[in-house]
Amino acid sequence: MKFGTEIVLLYLFAFAALVAAGLGVDEPFRQHMWVLFFVLAGFTAILLRNTEFKPAIPVDSSAYMDGPIRYGAVATVVWGVVGMLVGVVIALQLAYPDLNIEPWFNFGRLRPLHTSGVVFAFGGNALLCTSLYVVQRTCRARLFGGDLAWVVFWGYQLFIVMAATGYLLGVTESREYAEPEWYVDLWLTIVWVAYLILFLGTILKRKEPHIYVANWFYLSFIVTIAMLHVINNLSMPASFLSSKSYSAFSGVQDALTQWWYGHNAVGFFLTAGFLGMMYYFVPKQANRPVYSYRLSIIHFWALIFLYIWAGPHHLHYTALPDWAQTLGMVFSIMLWMPSWGGMINGLMTLSGAWDKLRTDPIIRMMVMAIAFYGMSTFEGPMMSIKAVNSLSHYTDWTVGHVHSGALGWVGMISFGAIYYMVPKLWNRERLYSLRLVTWHFWLATLGIVVYAAVMWVSGIMQGLMWREYDEQGFLVYSFAETVAAMHPYYIMRALGGLMYLSGALIMAWNIAMTIFGYQRKEEPMPGSTSALQPAQ
Amino acid sequence: MDYNLMREFADSWGLLAMALFFVGCIAFALRPDSRRHADEAAHIPLKDD
Repeated sequence: MKFGTEIVLLYLFAFAALVAAGLGVDEPFRQHMWVLFFVLAGFTAILLRNTEFKPAIPVDSSAYMDGPIRYGAVATVVWGVVGMLVGVVIALQLAYPDLNIEPWFNFGRLRPLHTSGVVFAFGGNALLCTSLYVVQRTCRARLFGGDLAWVVFWGYQLFIVMAATGYLLGVTESREYAEPEWYVDLWLTIVWVAYLILFLGTILKRKEPHIYVANWFYLSFIVTIAMLHVINNLSMPASFLSSKSYSAFSGVQDALTQWWYGHNAVGFFLTAGFLGMMYYFVPKQANRPVYSYRLSIIHFWALIFLYIWAGPHHLHYTALPDWAQTLGMVFSIMLWMPSWGGMINGLMTLSGAWDKLRTDPIIRMMVMAIAFYGMSTFEGPMMSIKAVNSLSHYTDWTVGHVHSGALGWVGMISFGAIYYMVPKLWNRERLYSLRLVTWHFWLATLGIVVYAAVMWVSGIMQGLMWREYDEQGFLVYSFAETVAAMHPYYIMRALGGLMYLSGALIMAWNIAMTIFGYQRKEEPMPGSTSALQPAQ
Repeated sequence: MDYNLMREFADSWGLLAMALFFVGCIAFALRPDSRRHADEAAHIPLKDD
């Protein structure tokens, strides 16, 4: 019977969720368990309707397993649009506080929904589907473990749904980028270990003797996130039927554990994983090998050896010992070298083929991503210098920095990978429209520029206003005055975000039409057809 | 095993071991014969679809 075990297990879990919804000791936990019950019961019903009693068709074990990757590509686009939409909403909430709709849709609950939505739902699905795409094609082996890839895909979606609904219900650990409560954390641990087994198993059964560098980056991302997630979420639930838990650490140890996690989520989730994407999809789209393979190996080892120590720069001028702050700063500055080495490696892959920038909007997107990788990894170490940090910390400058990395690097390289992968995954000759990719490129690029520039101005103004003293040593501005001064910038920031979201909507349309098999009739990109030049 | 012992190990043998491992990785990447291997490896994604 098709899905037999799955149906039984899901039925049991749905029943357990129902029991927990009845016995939960606090209201948010009971509500959250109702959500879980309906999700699991709905999924059970879908599987029951699709079950068959015919003998299973034998699987061709030489073919690549692309089903979960197709689902992952669609999930990336859908979650991307949702996460960015929530981003625009909270940007407007900051400008117009009346938009805070209590209790579910106020800023405090929507903000983690936005961050987790774009980082873990959009970025996570992009990493999940591209890693499974790349590992099969560079190892020349089918994914390990039969249906394990499906378990990982749906398990990860369940994690996203539980995290997102939890935030709206007010269930949170209040640890930045690690807000889900203990029971959601436990579920993610199980899914992540399954992902590691899936990825590592595929590498172990590879037919290609060498492990291509993209897989090293993906593997370091999977292993490190497992370690970070488990240690940062060591906590004791108040009750096993409650939505509240207490961290195993306290005081400054807790803060350092959190930022060791937080910064390495940036380093290994948002950097190493997406570098894996860069090292496969840029050479593929440009149809040229990476500029220097040896540089990519040095990039890898230097990046992972340095990144793990940079976390303390989030705790400058706090109770953290001074030597630890300085250590974090020094390692952050040393990160300039591998980051720029990697950026040069990515960009120089196009050397000799720079004309593709004019003719191929997907390459253009990837190059812009690498340029933003270089820019934000220059800005970050600079902001980690204590003197600079004393101005930038807690201001909008930090927000601008994060977004130039997230929108510019993570977003653009993922869009490029999706545009490359989707026609291949659905056996389409080409995308529905390359012109729409150009539209997406310009909307996204201008959106980031508006966003980052506005946040620089707003953040530096905010920092300068906070530290302005008069001749008698009194602070010149109250906090509320700085907020009022930032109002116009908040509106402009929302506009930048709206442009970026519009680009993502165009992508969703383009990808959907490609999947449905349409091709837009349009003028080819100038220069893309190899028109013969008359002899001079 | 208390904090001080771990700290002493971390900034002596631990530091040495990690530094040597790192230098070893770089040296291995730049070893005399590596260019040919690296060029082969760089073509892995381009060999088929």
